[in-house]
Amino acid sequence: MRPGCRHHPDPREGRSRQPEERAISTGTAAHVKLTAGAVQAMLAGIVAGALALAVLAILTGCAQRPPASATQATSTRGAATPATQTPSSPQHTVVVFAASSLKEAFEALGSNLEKQGVKVEYNLGGSQALAAQLAQGARADVFASADLRTMQSAIDAGVIVSGTQRVLATNRLVVVTQGAGTGTGTGTGRTAVAITDLHDLMRPGLRLVLADRTVPVGNYSLQMLDRLAADPAYGPGFKERVLANVVSYENNVRQVLAKVQLGEADAGIVYATDASTTTLRTIPVPDRYSPLARYYIAPLKDAPHPQAATVFITYALSDEGQQILQNHGFGRAQEGK
Amino acid sequence: MQTEAGAYTQAGPGTSWSRIAGALALAIAVALFAGFLILPVVALLLRVPVSALGEYVTRPVVLDALKLSLFTSLCSLGLMLALGTPVAFVLARHRFAGKPLLETLIEMPVVLPPAVAGVALLLAFGRRGLLGPLLDTAGVELAFTTAAVVLAQTFVASPFYLRSAQAAFQSVPVELEQVAATEGAGRWARFWNVILPLSLPGITGGAVIAWARALAEFGATILFAGNFQGRTQTMPLAIYTQMESDLNAAIVMSAILVCSSFALLVTFRWLSRGQLEITGT
Repeated sequence: MRPGCRHHPDPREGRSRQPEERAISTGTAAHVKLTAGAVQAMLAGIVAGALALAVLAILTGCAQRPPASATQATSTRGAATPATQTPSSPQHTVVVFAASSLKEAFEALGSNLEKQGVKVEYNLGGSQALAAQLAQGARADVFASADLRTMQSAIDAGVIVSGTQRVLATNRLVVVTQGAGTGTGTGTGRTAVAITDLHDLMRPGLRLVLADRTVPVGNYSLQMLDRLAADPAYGPGFKERVLANVVSYENNVRQVLAKVQLGEADAGIVYATDASTTTLRTIPVPDRYSPLARYYIAPLKDAPHPQAATVFITYALSDEGQQILQNHGFGRAQEGK
Repeated sequence: MQTEAGAYTQAGPGTSWSRIAGALALAIAVALFAGFLILPVVALLLRVPVSALGEYVTRPVVLDALKLSLFTSLCSLGLMLALGTPVAFVLARHRFAGKPLLETLIEMPVVLPPAVAGVALLLAFGRRGLLGPLLDTAGVELAFTTAAVVLAQTFVASPFYLRSAQAAFQSVPVELEQVAATEGAGRWARFWNVILPLSLPGITGGAVIAWARALAEFGATILFAGNFQGRTQTMPLAIYTQMESDLNAAIVMSAILVCSSFALLVTFRWLSRGQLEITGT
């Protein structure tokens, strides 16, 4: 592969020299050889040592979590006083795996909790992705899913104890669209299909983006289309005609939103709360068509910080926490019961 | 003489001891690092549900992704060969102002995070992108189409082809071409009969490695082309989506990609080795 070497097919060079050198190795040469060997060994040693150190550092550093396993957790809790449990930092940390639609609301919850000395770390994504990560052993304290199905899959995977999940909040679906009015005059007019009501979802040529059916919002969207199709006003062919317009099935609700915001898609189906974070035009879906999305929250069975998990969940379900969720457009937990 | 011999015998055991220590340390280093690189692939292959393999492979989601990946990566390969070969030839045979800059810019996709490539492609070819209005009036629509997948793959994979093809062209001595010219061969004939045959191993090697990279493309595709089974959902995207609902299906598809990538890499190395023997390095 070395360019320019094609011209020198010279196999003689650099063969059978070393034996000669070895044969005439006198005292000094031997010393030189010895040191060369030693240097080689040292270098190799350094490489091996550095590698071993790196591996050790990774194993100890990254695996070093406060109460690593359940048994350890109980023993620490039993033996040590609460004060010695967090000797290095005064703050508790709680790791929250949350459906991406909860982003803004949970960040608001988190900033309030931080004032009380609880630091919140988030992993946001599609609930199904989070459940899959948890099933594969991801460490977390709290799981907040956008539907019961993904919560159930975490329970089935044995990472959440059945019965510990609570309804956190509710949500509704809306259709978001760029609409004719939102464009700032940078003519993409010709191909953009404007929609004004739910009938327009089946207009030929519309570019509709949904979440994948594995994602809670994608599943809810399909339920919504089923309900619309059951209504004679839309007709039995409604669902098929709408699905024929789908150009992409995204992996979480925020990706659906992004595709509409970018103008790549004409419309998307998201939660009402997601729509309110943007300036996109929304087409409301009457309650009789929109399934009530129920969010669930539960502590992880092997939560590294069980007390902090309880603090977070209690706060999210408290009047204050519920008010914050409502401020972000969610329905109260009671509605979902 | 005696002292010399003494020095030699003294040095002897010392040398061998330090050699053994050195070899041992090296062996540990190699084992650790190679293990680190190989272990994930082994872990993946160990989890393949062998008994239900047939059932998984024939699932529509897997079959569609396989077909689409094969089709799009071959299209990308064709684009790279057709458009990349002249570029590689120009870069190999001509000097011009700004050439190093051009070479650097062309190689950018190699180091760009795939997500950045996806965003950049959107902003260039998306409906609201730089060329959006132009494409719009031409009636061309790329977003969410199979063409967008091909574009994303070509974007990230072509530097690998360009680099190899350029090196291959450079390795053909200009003198050979001059000889052919004195014998009356025209520009085109010289290219077809002299340059191309001699640089073929390098070109093929580059094509193979670029093809492998196109097959592996994920980030730019999911951002730029979206995720639609049979249309834009290639193998990596299907793995990502299935991972969240059916881990076994994701594992089976991953194993297929591991095997095909391995086969392509072996082919590439074999082609490169062939070239090394010819060049006699």
